[in-house]
Amino acid sequence: MTAMTREETQALIQEVLEAYPDKAKKDRAKHLAVNDQSIEQSKKCITSNRKSLPGVMTVRGCAYAGSKGVVWGPIKDMIHISHGPVGCGQYSRAGRRNYYIGHTGVNTFGTMNFTSDFQEKDIVFGGDKKLAKLIDEIEGLFPLSKGITIQSECPIGLIGDDIEAVSKKKGKELEKPIVPVRCEGFRGVSQSLGHHIANDAIRDWVIGNRDGDESFPTTPYDVAIIGDYNIGGDAWASRILLEEMGLRVVAQWSGDGTLAEMELTPKVKLNLIHCYRSMNYISRHMEEKYGIPWMEYNFFGPTKIAESLRKIAAFFDETIQANAEKVIAKYEAEYQAIVAKYRPRLEGKRVMLYVGGLRPRHVIGAYEDLGMEVVGTGYEFAHNDDYDRTIKDMGNATLLYDDVTGYEFEEFVKKIKPDLIGSGIKEKYIFQKMGVPFRQMHSWDYSGPYHGYDGFAIFARDMDMTINNPCWKSMQAPWLKSAEGGEAEKLAASA
Amino acid sequence: MPNVMIRKNDAGNLLFYVAKKDMEETIASVELDTAETWGGGVELTDGSRWYIDPISPPPVFPTTLRFKRGDE
Repeated sequence: MTAMTREETQALIQEVLEAYPDKAKKDRAKHLAVNDQSIEQSKKCITSNRKSLPGVMTVRGCAYAGSKGVVWGPIKDMIHISHGPVGCGQYSRAGRRNYYIGHTGVNTFGTMNFTSDFQEKDIVFGGDKKLAKLIDEIEGLFPLSKGITIQSECPIGLIGDDIEAVSKKKGKELEKPIVPVRCEGFRGVSQSLGHHIANDAIRDWVIGNRDGDESFPTTPYDVAIIGDYNIGGDAWASRILLEEMGLRVVAQWSGDGTLAEMELTPKVKLNLIHCYRSMNYISRHMEEKYGIPWMEYNFFGPTKIAESLRKIAAFFDETIQANAEKVIAKYEAEYQAIVAKYRPRLEGKRVMLYVGGLRPRHVIGAYEDLGMEVVGTGYEFAHNDDYDRTIKDMGNATLLYDDVTGYEFEEFVKKIKPDLIGSGIKEKYIFQKMGVPFRQMHSWDYSGPYHGYDGFAIFARDMDMTINNPCWKSMQAPWLKSAEGGEAEKLAASA
Repeated sequence: MPNVMIRKNDAGNLLFYVAKKDMEETIASVELDTAETWGGGVELTDGSRWYIDPISPPPVFPTTLRFKRGDE
């Protein structure tokens, strides 16, 4: 199928919206749009960061997921208590594959689950005493933990526990930072507010800890990687490129990160933000309070990597700029070989994406490097500023969908018939059963890293082995095949 | 009266950022922008108007300031 025109895309949106009752149709129409590169501000064409429509299925998370799961969880040498009933922590435990180095249970705690396991009596009588006891127990069992965060689940806010008071008291007693985070799940419309709350907690309880302490030796080349969660080793693949350029990476936020790294970040010269959505708040704060400039970069695919490395180098002197060119030249043979190998196999394939708050635009460059085209993209929980940045990256007349519902996504796929879908685990099996190749783009489908030049090799291999997998030719039972032609399409349409 | 963070973007223009409203706009014009004072009526590129009592000496950006809606 050739690229759709603006009218066709608009007609498709109208057709899909027809299924809704009037009120729902009016609401959802604001979240679906045809990309128009001439528009400067996304708010003129798409609405985002609004409450999901009741009665439809979307794949959003909650504020607790944004704080515990995304921002705080990967800080490896702190213990993150899921304060409330046991389920929230246990069912999300170790799901995001934030890799880290250390001895789990001794000096790092990333994949462990700590919870206060609320019972009825804790709801009735309050859980503060239990929390204090829990913190003492943690201190006894895991004395090498550098600090504790208290990640509130819904009941904490509902019953009005004073976790701040417990934190202050216990923090003084143990002489460790104990950070209360008010990330109750009912706050906000998606995990996005959880990111914001977590950033504010870092601002209030961590960032200023070493103000006035100049004992940390700094260099003019100190940078921090912000918003890289080291999924499948992403941050490591990014870090080596920066270090080869001659920069010193002081902190990784928060994949494979530590409390000390966070406390030392105000001493760096430049903050590099990968995930803008989840960590722009703290970067803005550091710019205001410490005068540290920040910039967004993109380490998906060689084109964007080269672009980003040059942009980063422009903040520093000529040695770094020369080094950036050296790094790009060094890896050129490597990535050219990857492109030469996979591009012929992937050329012209069409991709639809639906991920969280960053990747729907960041990975477009990597697909384009492989000769693939992104024909539809959307975010679970992006805000207007994310769409502002997306409009320029996406082709004209492509489809944009915000907080897409299960029904809409399936209908779009049936009509657009992409060669690959990149989305999350909740969408994976639906589309695979419809016969569409699928990559899970939240956790790289248990693969990775995808960042950096090393990651691009893995990215290209994964896309090839998904799209060109022989299993997609076997979607129909052999005894049904001889009956009529074109049944694969029929199957997809009836799914 | 929202708290607004004012910062410079790469092009040197002033950005008007309201975290709570999730709004980031470029400032089109400032009524008073001299060596001694900064402030007064502020117009954004989207056409909305805001007001802040003139500050002297001018603040160092980025900084957070409290603005009033200009049409009040």
